[in-house]
Amino acid sequence: MSVEPSVDLGAPVDTALAVEVINLSRVFTGRKGATVTALDNVSLTVRPGEFVSLIGPSGCGKSTLLRLIADLDTPTRGTIAVFGTSARQARVNQAYGIAFQQAGLLPWRTVTGNIELPLELHGAGKAARQARAAELLDLVGLTDFAASYPDQLSGGMQQRVAIARALAESPRLLLMDEPFGALDEMTRERMQNELVRICGETGAAVVFVTHSIPEAVFLSDRVVVMSPRPGRIRDVLPVRLGETGKRGENLREEEAFFRAVRQVRELLHGEAPDRLRGVETR
Amino acid sequence: MRARSEPAAALWRRVVVGAMGVVVLALVWELYKLLGPADGVLVGTTTVLPRTTDLAMPHLWVMGGRVLEPVNGASAALPMWLVVLQASLFTLGIAAVGWLVGVAVGLALALVMQRFRAAESAILPWIILSQTVPLIAIAPLVRRWGAQIHLGEFTWENWMSVALIASYLAFFPVSVGALRGLSSPDANHVDLMRCYAAGWWKTLWRLRLPASVGYLLPALGLAAASAVIGTVVAEVSIALRGGIGRLIVEYAGAAGGDPGKPWAPIFGSVLVGLVAAGFVGLIGVVLRRFRRGEVAV
Amino acid sequence: MRQPSFARTALAPIILGLAVVLLWQGAVTAFAIKPFILPGPFTIGQQFGANIDNVLAGMAVTGRNALIGLVAGALLGILAAAVAALARVIDEAAEPIVAALAVVPIVALAPVLYTMFGAGAETARQIVAGLAVFVPVYVNTLKGLRQVRPIHRELMQAYAATGWQATRTVTFPTALPFVFTGLRIASSLAVISALVAEYFGGPLGGLGRSITSSASSSNYGLAWAYVLGSIVLGLVFYCAALAVEKLVNRRTGG
Repeated sequence: MSVEPSVDLGAPVDTALAVEVINLSRVFTGRKGATVTALDNVSLTVRPGEFVSLIGPSGCGKSTLLRLIADLDTPTRGTIAVFGTSARQARVNQAYGIAFQQAGLLPWRTVTGNIELPLELHGAGKAARQARAAELLDLVGLTDFAASYPDQLSGGMQQRVAIARALAESPRLLLMDEPFGALDEMTRERMQNELVRICGETGAAVVFVTHSIPEAVFLSDRVVVMSPRPGRIRDVLPVRLGETGKRGENLREEEAFFRAVRQVRELLHGEAPDRLRGVETR
Repeated sequence: MRARSEPAAALWRRVVVGAMGVVVLALVWELYKLLGPADGVLVGTTTVLPRTTDLAMPHLWVMGGRVLEPVNGASAALPMWLVVLQASLFTLGIAAVGWLVGVAVGLALALVMQRFRAAESAILPWIILSQTVPLIAIAPLVRRWGAQIHLGEFTWENWMSVALIASYLAFFPVSVGALRGLSSPDANHVDLMRCYAAGWWKTLWRLRLPASVGYLLPALGLAAASAVIGTVVAEVSIALRGGIGRLIVEYAGAAGGDPGKPWAPIFGSVLVGLVAAGFVGLIGVVLRRFRRGEVAV
Repeated sequence: MRQPSFARTALAPIILGLAVVLLWQGAVTAFAIKPFILPGPFTIGQQFGANIDNVLAGMAVTGRNALIGLVAGALLGILAAAVAALARVIDEAAEPIVAALAVVPIVALAPVLYTMFGAGAETARQIVAGLAVFVPVYVNTLKGLRQVRPIHRELMQAYAATGWQATRTVTFPTALPFVFTGLRIASSLAVISALVAEYFGGPLGGLGRSITSSASSSNYGLAWAYVLGSIVLGLVFYCAALAVEKLVNRRTGG
């Protein structure tokens, strides 16, 4: 596998945190001067190679936080550093790859053409682009569909192309905004298995927005639980159920997995769920 | 696209039924001519259904036959179809120039409006307004420009006035369609280009232009039809010789003794319109890759 | 999406319009452009005021033709679309004819229509306007009648609604906005076609004929005043159609 191994990151920048968010707030101003506080005084760090999930109900600001890290939006207060540089500089440097809930493939480009897009935009040569696209297609298991158009692929396959595209420039940080949110449960679990494998192979840090508790638990080293109105971090839960890339299907059956799921759920509801369960068992 | 995805049988059905529609139209013409009163049907003093004399409503075979005969009694006269064809080509050429200019102006305006929102606010209402009013009314007034405008070697000629009016009619659908198309990419795609730190030009070339093809093609078709109409009308009002518009007016005078004659240039104008539409259809075939719909995940 | 402010939507085009008019007048004055090439906007305004009676008379003639053509063409278009929506074979048979009508210069028919209906009558112009109106009304109405969403149709089936009930509660309200979009497009086309048909012959009195005759007698200021008259007429038709569209959409909650 020719994807860059995680040990081979010799640049001095590596000592920096992948993401460092300090006292971040984002206030949206409506048309009639009404304000909505999407994020209130949020601080978070992500180490290189670490997988961090942001989970919470709608309106808790998890997507806003991701968009701020990606420099798709500007914070009202607070600072963001990505590999020791500003979010804007990180975007210009292509320090991260990104994937959204919608695969967002360009319908007039083939699968290969879509994966090559970022390389093309940043001036990579034709041969280099083709070689890289072939590697990535192999990584996500779509070699047979290289010349297909997005409308000929299933939703899960489109999302795998989007992930390949996000990995095209070997970023050391992946930002993912509910990338599996629109997939059915079966496809979703398969995609999660593939994502942990890919992360293990590339060694990239990941910030992953989701509202699925099992998904967050299965994938993450740490789960960041957020609460809405205003968006705040309620708690950060270390999970890390086994080595990245070695987690398999049977992990979903283990007691540790269920325990972590319950912990996250309790944190999300903000109250001891024992009472509820008591009702059920009575 | 639609025809391609259809099975051959369905396509055949459409062709046959469509041809039947044309046949029905021809039958209605001949039946009314046979049964209708010679002076037409009048309500009060207004004729609501046409006269049915051979002069007013010639038989279809008279129209068809006339096309094959020489234009007039002169011994050197060319056959009608050749004269009409030449005039059609002349008109088509001017319409094409008008269309190209109109498309270029329309695209440029759309790009400016897409780039600067202030420009969109200021220009777009005027573009829409300009098409709700019959500015084609100025066509007779443009006539005098021909002899009057000189810029060094360059002389403004009458055909340029005609092309100018054609382009005026053509630019509107292009600017509106292109603006809609250029603004059509999903927020998702725009975000993605921003993540790639792609500038306005790169975003335009890789994302906005390809995404606008689906909106641009119908606009180009409308523009082609408008350019043809504008050319024919302007030929008449500027009194430019050589094109279909001129023939229509010229031959209308012959209706009294030669009822089939005025129809020949009308067939010519139909031909010009269809060729223009066909040309845009061809562009659509070339660009079909950009019309693939994206399936939502 | 943020709504653009009032200053932007209303003020920006007004400022641009004023600037263009002033530049135009400035250019005409500064370069001494001869009136037969382009008179200044102030000259046109003066002529418009001085000949207001003639211009209004011309507007009445052309406007009447356009209105008759608009009403007749629209009624026919809606009716034909309703028939085509019911019987697919009619739709398919009409398809090539409608497609040809859409790309062909309909005004070219004006001379033969003058022979068919009499060169001294306005009927030919009304028919040209009517044909031009027919195409967008037919196409848009048919599109509207086809817009009924399957879920709504199935809902009606589940309610065991009769055909007429389903038509009244689902089909009409869905199609109505499309019909009015077609009418709005058609309103401009009616005026343009009625006016342009005058260039191809027929009786005097309308705006188009007045423009050509005053241009050929070198009375360019007056010709431009008639042009201004046709612009006003076009605006009246368009705004009326727009107002009706807005009214209907508000009532049906579209």
